[in-house]
Amino acid sequence: MLTIKDLLVKFPMRFGAFTAIEDVDMTIKPGEIHGLVGESGAGKSTVGAAVIGLLQSPGYVANGTLTLGDTDLRNLSPAEAHKVRGDRISMIFQDPQTSLNPLMTIERQLIETIQTHSSLSESEAINRAVDLLEDIGIKNAAERIKAYPHQFSGGMRQRVVIALAISTDPELIIADEPTTALDVAVQSQVLDLIQRLAKERQIAFMLITHDIGVIAQVADRVTVMRKGRVMETGVTAQVLGKPQHHYTQQLMDSVPPLDRKIDRFRVPEADDTIASNGAMAENWLLEGSQHARTGLSLTGLSVEFAGPRTSIFRKLPPYVALDDVTLNIKPGSIMGLVGESGSGKSTLAKAITGLVTPSSGTMELGDVVLPYGKSRSRQHPSRQLIQMVFQDPYSSLNSRHRIGDILTEPLWFYGFVKDEQEREKLAASMLSLVGMQPDAISKYPHQFSGGQRQRIAVARALLARPRFLICDEPTSALDVSIQAEILNLLKDLQAKFGLTILFISHNLAVVRQMADDTAVLRSGKIEEVGETNALYTAPQADYTKSLLDLTPVMPTTWQT
Amino acid sequence: MIAFVKKYEGLWLFVHSPAAIIAALVAVLTFLGAAFAPWIALVNPYDLASFSLFDGLLPPTWLDGANPKFILGTDDQGRDMISAILYGARLSLVIGLSALSIAAVLGVGLGLAAGYYGGRFDAIVMRIADVQLALPAILTALLIDGIARGILPASIQQDLRVAVLTLAIALSLWVNFARTARASTFVQMNKEYVQAAIMMGQRPIRVMFVHILPNILGPLLVIMTVDLASAILLEATLSFLGIGLPADSPSLGTLIRVGMQFLLSGEWWILWIPTLFLVALVVSINILGDFLRDIFNPRLR
Amino acid sequence: MVYFILKRMIQSVFVMLTVAFLAFSLFRFVGDPITQMTGVETSVEDQERLREELGLNDPFVYQFTRFTGDMLKGDFGFSYRTRQPVAEMIASRIPATLELGVVALIISLLVGIPAGVYTALKPRGVLTQTILMTTLVGVSIPTFVIGIMLIFIFGVQLGWLPTFGRGGTVQIGGWESSLFSFDGWRALLLPAITLGVYQLTLTMRLVRAEMMEVMRSDYIRFAMARGVPTASLHYRHALANTMVPVITIIGLQFGGVIAFSIVTESVFQWPGMGLLFLESIRFVDIPVMGVYLVVIAFFFVLVNLVVDLLYVAIDPRLRIRDVS
Repeated sequence: MLTIKDLLVKFPMRFGAFTAIEDVDMTIKPGEIHGLVGESGAGKSTVGAAVIGLLQSPGYVANGTLTLGDTDLRNLSPAEAHKVRGDRISMIFQDPQTSLNPLMTIERQLIETIQTHSSLSESEAINRAVDLLEDIGIKNAAERIKAYPHQFSGGMRQRVVIALAISTDPELIIADEPTTALDVAVQSQVLDLIQRLAKERQIAFMLITHDIGVIAQVADRVTVMRKGRVMETGVTAQVLGKPQHHYTQQLMDSVPPLDRKIDRFRVPEADDTIASNGAMAENWLLEGSQHARTGLSLTGLSVEFAGPRTSIFRKLPPYVALDDVTLNIKPGSIMGLVGESGSGKSTLAKAITGLVTPSSGTMELGDVVLPYGKSRSRQHPSRQLIQMVFQDPYSSLNSRHRIGDILTEPLWFYGFVKDEQEREKLAASMLSLVGMQPDAISKYPHQFSGGQRQRIAVARALLARPRFLICDEPTSALDVSIQAEILNLLKDLQAKFGLTILFISHNLAVVRQMADDTAVLRSGKIEEVGETNALYTAPQADYTKSLLDLTPVMPTTWQT
Repeated sequence: MIAFVKKYEGLWLFVHSPAAIIAALVAVLTFLGAAFAPWIALVNPYDLASFSLFDGLLPPTWLDGANPKFILGTDDQGRDMISAILYGARLSLVIGLSALSIAAVLGVGLGLAAGYYGGRFDAIVMRIADVQLALPAILTALLIDGIARGILPASIQQDLRVAVLTLAIALSLWVNFARTARASTFVQMNKEYVQAAIMMGQRPIRVMFVHILPNILGPLLVIMTVDLASAILLEATLSFLGIGLPADSPSLGTLIRVGMQFLLSGEWWILWIPTLFLVALVVSINILGDFLRDIFNPRLR
Repeated sequence: MVYFILKRMIQSVFVMLTVAFLAFSLFRFVGDPITQMTGVETSVEDQERLREELGLNDPFVYQFTRFTGDMLKGDFGFSYRTRQPVAEMIASRIPATLELGVVALIISLLVGIPAGVYTALKPRGVLTQTILMTTLVGVSIPTFVIGIMLIFIFGVQLGWLPTFGRGGTVQIGGWESSLFSFDGWRALLLPAITLGVYQLTLTMRLVRAEMMEVMRSDYIRFAMARGVPTASLHYRHALANTMVPVITIIGLQFGGVIAFSIVTESVFQWPGMGLLFLESIRFVDIPVMGVYLVVIAFFFVLVNLVVDLLYVAIDPRLRIRDVS
């Protein structure tokens, strides 16, 4: 039905044209969910945009054929192309928070779309809209339809988005990362909905995602892309289970499995010669760890945020971000902390580092009680002993500072090394230790990729000689192959220096690979804590069970 | 290649934008001309001995009856127009740049602190900014001028006119800096590098000026350019309203006000040449400001 | 929502109090009110008695409270220069300035918004580049020069329109209006254009920037992907969302309109509040200066309250809180 042949998409730039897509072939049949998978820069979204004719300017289709049924999509006038959009092809975007016009009711948006593509009267359109909403699982639709987008929760909003996309009975829907912004439970519901729509209405879906698990769960066929080219295409079980192409194999090796722990990911390793140069930094770190490994224990920790004031007399009750959290992180171990967005994971990290003031409870690093938030002095030893690796490597390094300045700052600030040249030397050696070329020291953050930046961030944390490291979603902004590299690096460093680590992630599979113990956090409460393997194989709490059940994974039978 | 293009993109855009090049040329020439006015000007408008009434009202050289010595003609006092403009630009720029510096230091300092500390301090600074907004630039400047007239003895008023004018302009421009700095600081505060610095226990002053400030320079530079244009316009307007500088220390605005007397007579150049010059200078600065804005916010291109 | 409005009102009261305080400080500390009110022939004892009578020896806070109270009752004191009640002097000038400002604002919106939309939707068109260049020059020409140029062209050279004053006005109640006679409109046109040009360029550039930002948003791209008709896409979806930030700025710009009306009134000898203010500065007529300040701040605060109400009307997120 949808046929793409030899697709070539170019973006004219100041110096020649940038080829975003080259030689892409693909067919999608009615009722088929076709997964399009690849890492950032693979050009998957560009394929979708080319099909629906909404390439960001100045991109254009330079060659190839795009046909939907008998219609040649490349030969349409702008008016005809506009008519095809919505009528025959529709689209679902990633973030339901921003996909709907905030100033119009759901009803107006639905009716407008329906009436654009049919001759239904206003009341017929309303009936149809209400039926649609009922069908995709919005209860009490006749009433809810009058609401504005902000009155729906994230998952419900994505349902509304889907209702809008199917309101005109399109043949093809391009879903661009439709569940990436959603939590596991909601993701599974939306994926079920997509599967049902494909089956019942024979809608073809182009499902663009970076998440192999999602593809494995719902896609009938899959196309793997890299740098604008198709690497491999075929039936999902075939491609993911017995990858033929070298790149697909490598990709599958990088995906952390949920059902077992692997010691190291099989990814190309950093050059050994670089790492050996890190001896100076290694010795320096080992020198600093003469005193025993340090654990962290939290007892009855609660954090409350003042509720918003709704009138002079009424203030909403405080929002409880953490509720009586007790957690004991053993010296030299990795504690995994998993939870959905809003569960309080990051608040916990902020409470430990002193960015947030708890309302009650105690925090002890070794045998030192950590003062609360603002009352923790700037000179408190914990400011050096506790370090953090952040989620977004693009914002965690000051883009105006040289890498050398970023790395030597802790050495200077904590007074470890007095001599400036000595500091630079140590910083360069530390770069080697984390698998980077030491000459990076004279460059700026923008000259590095996300993965390299995350290595630099790790180096900065180590240069403070920490005993306790918090990793807050350290790989969730990274591609899966880069994630594998960073996870390997963190494992190596932890083994070498006996660091105690709190590893925070929403990704259960990643935590399984990293953590000795795992805690499950939900709405500020610890649902379950236990030794990682035991917790994953025999979860006690219902919540943990459902999280594990709903996380999309590859069926075990596919694996070779 | 791509990295190279990225690094020098600003330069590349500049070289390929005729408007920006011309604007930069006009601005640089004006700055140089103003800076070296005492050495390159034909006469010194402050020095009555350097010009003569006999040269009064001479037209520019392309008109009949001109003296080739005075390319753009002379005013009623016999002052060479080019010299008057150079000295006028000198005074306008001195006032504009000093006012801008005061406004920038005050505004960026307060804006950074408001964005960093948030809460009550931020609320107080922003309320003060609200009041300042309710009393826009010209009004503030006029008011300060009025107050200065009221409290300063007449004898020193003349000597302090430049200072009063500078202060008036500075006070009316700081809000722009404060609001921009505050908004940009808020964005940076959520960045993880700032949180990392705070977590380490670095002093707020260091976090603000070493970490945050370099990252918000872009938008501040744009404001600085645009506000330099505003400062020059404001000075001209105040002088035009007759409460800026007196006629014996002519800035661009004063030249235009004096030239107004010739609006209906034949000596058009006394009014229109300084006017044209002022507009050309401000247009150039604004073009550069737009250009900088494009570089720092490429999405609006 | 009620709380939002209430909060803004409290902030407005704060702004007004501060401005009142400024005006009071002006009156109290810039020059000595007694020497201003009395002549040289008044004896020191008489001056002292007057000082006592007027309460100028009372504690500061008490004096300020009384000053504010008097203002609320409409008692604004007397001009040093003309000895008339300031309230009357200002009131008689309000219609001229308001009519000028409102007409200028309307001109700037009627031209600025469509131009902003057009230049945002066709960013690479020739007309767009021309408009952008013209407005850049527009913001760079001082208002008074625009006024002079208009006078020179339409008043002096062509002789079509009057170059100063309000022309024929009509009395409606106590309101002296230019809007009900042909002559009045002729006189109003040049000053209103002069005042409107600067605001127009600001409005246009702001609408353009916001519109371009909105056109890039996900919900516009989603609407495009659904084939929503272009007209609806541009106006119902995009422009409506653009309006939220735009009206805020327009509210703030009202201050600019008032400020530049001083210049415009000076160029065209337009008998409004601005001209009165200029005169009062020249003669250090402190009471008039102070009251002018308070009146301007009051209009500013009022306009911004209206803007806040418009906000609530446009944006359902402010009206309806509950998320279910």
